[in-house]
Amino acid sequence: MKKTLRLRYFAILREQRGLDEEAFTTGSSTAAEVYEELRALHKFTLPSERLRVAVNGDFAPWSAAILDGDALAFLPPVAGG
Amino acid sequence: MKPVDFRLTDRPIDPSALLAGLADTRAGACATFEGRVRDQNDGRAVGSLDYEAFAPLAEKEGGRIVGEAREKFHVIGALCVHRTGSVALGDISVWIAVTAEHRGAAFDACRYIIDEIKARLPIWKKEHYAGGASEWINCAARGPGGDPPAPARKMK
Repeated sequence: MKKTLRLRYFAILREQRGLDEEAFTTGSSTAAEVYEELRALHKFTLPSERLRVAVNGDFAPWSAAILDGDALAFLPPVAGG
Repeated sequence: MKPVDFRLTDRPIDPSALLAGLADTRAGACATFEGRVRDQNDGRAVGSLDYEAFAPLAEKEGGRIVGEAREKFHVIGALCVHRTGSVALGDISVWIAVTAEHRGAAFDACRYIIDEIKARLPIWKKEHYAGGASEWINCAARGPGGDPPAPARKMK
């Protein structure tokens, strides 16, 4: 079943996508599947193993089931400090 | 009310003002750490840095990290502030202070907080180099063995 997600991108992903947020309609059922779909679409250079994902404002496993209306944020390798 | 232990700011960090908030006559020790913007990285001359944060989650995760330090060590007060936006050479990018009865807990908690901040906080650093090039740190598509380039940095 199709669901519409709110996506956010940061840092290198934001630049590679060319925007920082968008709505996205997908048949994917997990966060990992959504990212693979986006990676193929937008030629993201980083594989999911190098990223973390946040669902609805907190870190989540890539296997997290995605529901209609969820907010996903893709987080490149961090570099604080 | 629980004190706010972690903050993001897009303004220069003023340690003296922040330290005043940690004054406590029970504390016999106060350890502070300042991360500063260095003028070179991996042999390239750095002109400035930009920090970009996923602010709501960075504040949540930063608060968790300082909370963990409070649980692990005998801490009286603790505060961590991280910059966002453009930060000039020599300026403070992250500032941490921990007060405790004795120095051991203050040092240990301060070290714990900076190490966890570097590993976990959803914040990204773009370096701008002399000559106009720029790069997101830790985001190279390929490094040795598919891992990000090892940080070949010496502790100073």
